[in-house]
Amino acid sequence: MGELTLEKVTETYFDVLKEIGNIGAGNAMTALSQMLGTKVDMHVPQVELLEFNEVGQAMGGEEQIMVGVFLGVEGDITGSMLFLVEQKSAKHLINKVMMGMGNPESEEFSEMELSAMKEIGNIITGAYLNSLSTLTNLCIYPSPPALTVDMAGAILSVPAVEFGIYGDNILMIQSQFFDEVEIDGYFILVPDIDSYQKILGALGMPV
Amino acid sequence: MSEIIKVGMADLKTCLPPNGITTLGLGSCVGIALRDTTNKVGGLAHIMLPDSTAVNLAQMNLAKFADTGIDELVKQMEALGAVRRRMVAKIAGGAMMFAFQSKAGNIQVGERNVEAVKQKLAELKIPILSEDCGLNYGRTVVFYPETGDYVIKSVGKGEKTI
Repeated sequence: MGELTLEKVTETYFDVLKEIGNIGAGNAMTALSQMLGTKVDMHVPQVELLEFNEVGQAMGGEEQIMVGVFLGVEGDITGSMLFLVEQKSAKHLINKVMMGMGNPESEEFSEMELSAMKEIGNIITGAYLNSLSTLTNLCIYPSPPALTVDMAGAILSVPAVEFGIYGDNILMIQSQFFDEVEIDGYFILVPDIDSYQKILGALGMPV
Repeated sequence: MSEIIKVGMADLKTCLPPNGITTLGLGSCVGIALRDTTNKVGGLAHIMLPDSTAVNLAQMNLAKFADTGIDELVKQMEALGAVRRRMVAKIAGGAMMFAFQSKAGNIQVGERNVEAVKQKLAELKIPILSEDCGLNYGRTVVFYPETGDYVIKSVGKGEKTI
């Protein structure tokens, strides 16, 4: 197998990667929708090769305050998975899952709310990775989740740093989801550069 | 009219008064603000990784690494008339965004970034006047070379000037 560059991945396998995002996020949405008891929709996934200075703008600006659940991806492939929800949306999401016991009016998050959010992130990113694992026959499992409430730029710098070692771009598979009213968020799968080759290989793509 | 110049991730720029210079959402990255105390030539670098020597890159973005980024910023400031022995530094960032990060190599990359920055500045004999580094939250910074004020904003922690 030759050296697979991010540019080549993006151009040649764009649709395949989009489909991965579609299947993964589709499963995650089903899990979320069941948890909430409401319908959740998603946009067509975006696969983008971004320069580092564009990363923050990908999601409404570097300073947009987001709740981020981060999971390391381990097993046959490595990388990271992020579940990002805008602050207000997160409050609503948590309140729904906690059956109205949250406090959607306040900007602060209680311990209980943060814990609930972490668990939501855990379950739905689990669904995402599971479907990817089934699809590719690769062993993929998430690390325990970590959570932070912070600026989008600061959160996204975490996966960006991993790519910094190899080059000046980051390749993300990004899916945006929303419901009728108040929830709006993103799933971002960021496989490490070597893992793209494994994923595409497992799907029968000559790389 | 003064304006605020924006520096992206893995990027660096110079700045002359009365303008300010900013970088948004520093996570584990470090924002290094330099200033010539006499002629007020300033600059800001947003570095991502501690060390360029461990990495083999054909076309290298100098601003990405602590060592090459600081060298390049000093060089660009000198081109505007700044003198290295009159320069002072203020630094911020180097947080650990998530309490737990899976890969051993990049654990505490924030901390390693800060260390590398300090080492490089010591090598160039540029004193660090103040810093706001570490912990677990992101920072947006604005630097004003006119006064040397380095304003740091964080989510839920308000604003402070170092």
